[in-house]
Amino acid sequence: MAVYLVRRLMQALLVVLAMSMIVFVGVYAIGDPVEILISPDADQLERERAIRALGLDLPLWQQYLVFLTNALQGDLGRSFVFNEPALKLILQRMPATLELAFGAMFLSILIGLPLGLYAGLRPNSPASKTIMAGSILGFSLPTFWVGLMLIMVFAVQLGWLPSTGRGETCSVLGFIGLQPCNAGLQWSWLTGDGLAHMVMPAVNLALFKISLVIRLTRAGVRETMLMDYVKFARAKGLSASRVTFVHVFKNILIPVVTVVGLELGSTIAFSVVTESVFAWPGMGKLIIDSINVLDRPVIVAYLMIIVLMFITINLVVDLTYSLLDPRVRLESKGT
Amino acid sequence: MSQAVMDGAAPAAPRKDKVETPFRRFVSEFAESKIALGGLIVFTIIALVAIFAPWLAPQNPYDLAQLDIMDGRMEPGTVGGAGFTYWLGTDDQGRDMLSGIMYGLRISLSVGAGSALIACMVGATLGLLAAYAGGRTDTVIMRLVDLQLSFPSILVALMILAFLGKGVMNVVIALVIVEWAYYARTVRGTALVERRREYIEAAQCLALPTHRILFRHLLPNCLPPLIVVATMQVARAIALEATLSFLGLGVPITEPSLGLLIANGYEYMLSGKYWISFYPGIALLVTIVSINLVGDQLRDVLNPRLKK
Repeated sequence: MAVYLVRRLMQALLVVLAMSMIVFVGVYAIGDPVEILISPDADQLERERAIRALGLDLPLWQQYLVFLTNALQGDLGRSFVFNEPALKLILQRMPATLELAFGAMFLSILIGLPLGLYAGLRPNSPASKTIMAGSILGFSLPTFWVGLMLIMVFAVQLGWLPSTGRGETCSVLGFIGLQPCNAGLQWSWLTGDGLAHMVMPAVNLALFKISLVIRLTRAGVRETMLMDYVKFARAKGLSASRVTFVHVFKNILIPVVTVVGLELGSTIAFSVVTESVFAWPGMGKLIIDSINVLDRPVIVAYLMIIVLMFITINLVVDLTYSLLDPRVRLESKGT
Repeated sequence: MSQAVMDGAAPAAPRKDKVETPFRRFVSEFAESKIALGGLIVFTIIALVAIFAPWLAPQNPYDLAQLDIMDGRMEPGTVGGAGFTYWLGTDDQGRDMLSGIMYGLRISLSVGAGSALIACMVGATLGLLAAYAGGRTDTVIMRLVDLQLSFPSILVALMILAFLGKGVMNVVIALVIVEWAYYARTVRGTALVERRREYIEAAQCLALPTHRILFRHLLPNCLPPLIVVATMQVARAIALEATLSFLGLGVPITEPSLGLLIANGYEYMLSGKYWISFYPGIALLVTIVSINLVGDQLRDVLNPRLKK
């Protein structure tokens, strides 16, 4: 196990390194940073001095090494637009994205599980067919367009919910008592106003996951219903609700929750779209704005953080699987 | 004499119809699902509209001389200053939305289909190579596939467009890089089984060149799953292109795809002018759903495991 762990860790590190190289070369080598960083009025001597000061006269691999050393010390450069450390900017916006993603995951289980359970128990009823047709629609509908339609109906026509922004936030896990409220991490879901702002973006982001959970649950229920232990439970004369909720539900819950957990990463990635639609001030909105104004340090910092996040998630998943399923470990030993 | 020939030919013709060729069987199996057939018809109409847009559209939305800024933001069904009816309203430039959607479909479909085609060629070639060569080649290619599939498609596309910038070509490149891995994985899976068959052995005994074995012998037998994946990927590519264009990273404003049309309507949405975003979205939705319906049925028909 220890050998597998070390090997898997080495692989992950290698991938991080490779991705950092791709991101660095992609963002810094394509296009000339000199044009952006140095005023066009500067004369030749000033330009050369600036180039040397910024380390741009070094060969690319040395520039990369400098970048890597700084990155390891938590310095990913300063944003051209905000004139603040890029890393700090992104970390400030992270709570907004995280609460949106977790809200969406929560909704997808809350809505998807009961609907999937129903569709699995009564596969031929008209309601189940409607649910399944709805889940196909959930896969096909372009997220951003659904977001716009939600705004149109619930914010513009009906006026029930606020259309954009995050609303009132409240600070928790920060330094309550030591500093003013806006110094800590900002959360929307703790205030009524913030919650009202969160409903539409969360539903929008959850739509795809709801469809996924419905399909998974339905397939799981239909498979489990044929199992001998369910037949036996029925033969014992247990009530239908006990069979459903204790014998069937418990057994499908584990795979469904596992998959939903795995989807966390992609939910965070897809929040880029939802955040842009609802002007939700999270990491996703920041990266789109930064790409549009070519704020390179922020682009690099965002990409590095999200790559790191994904590799960590994948690593944790692989390690969990190898703990649960000895075949994975044995296979890696064989090669 | 000629009478006799015709007499002889007449009863032969209907009998010939009953001969079951693989293609006929495929068509009749596909037509079993009325929904899928409907999807195919709808998609054909959409594709025809996109191809013949210059002749069908009431207005050329790119020709500024035909646009009248006074007709801007008109509701669906209003008659414009020039005397013709804007059935789906106009955008802020006074552009007829119906024409805009027809031309937008052209761009959305060609970017979607074009990128899927290129990705299919790249992915299928690498997948075949991985399966046929095995060993280190296989490991390297499949590691790359695994690595790429572990990141969500939107993130990969975002990263590439952040490097390359906007533009139709750049979107196609991004979509190809996002998609090739799906094709490679599919083709490799099928090809691994097929390469152990006798006909490949026979081809090897004849000392045929490798590229001939790969593309003339192995590839045709890996086609069914590839067709299914390709259909689904066209829908995904169209949706992803629309999303990227909506985010302002996709096609430039001079060549508006459906996604960009929707994005243009975003700011007018809050003042209740819904049609600028609404109708292009419906067009996008119908396109994606119809392709998915066709793909779903293709998967059922072409999947040998589901055959009785």
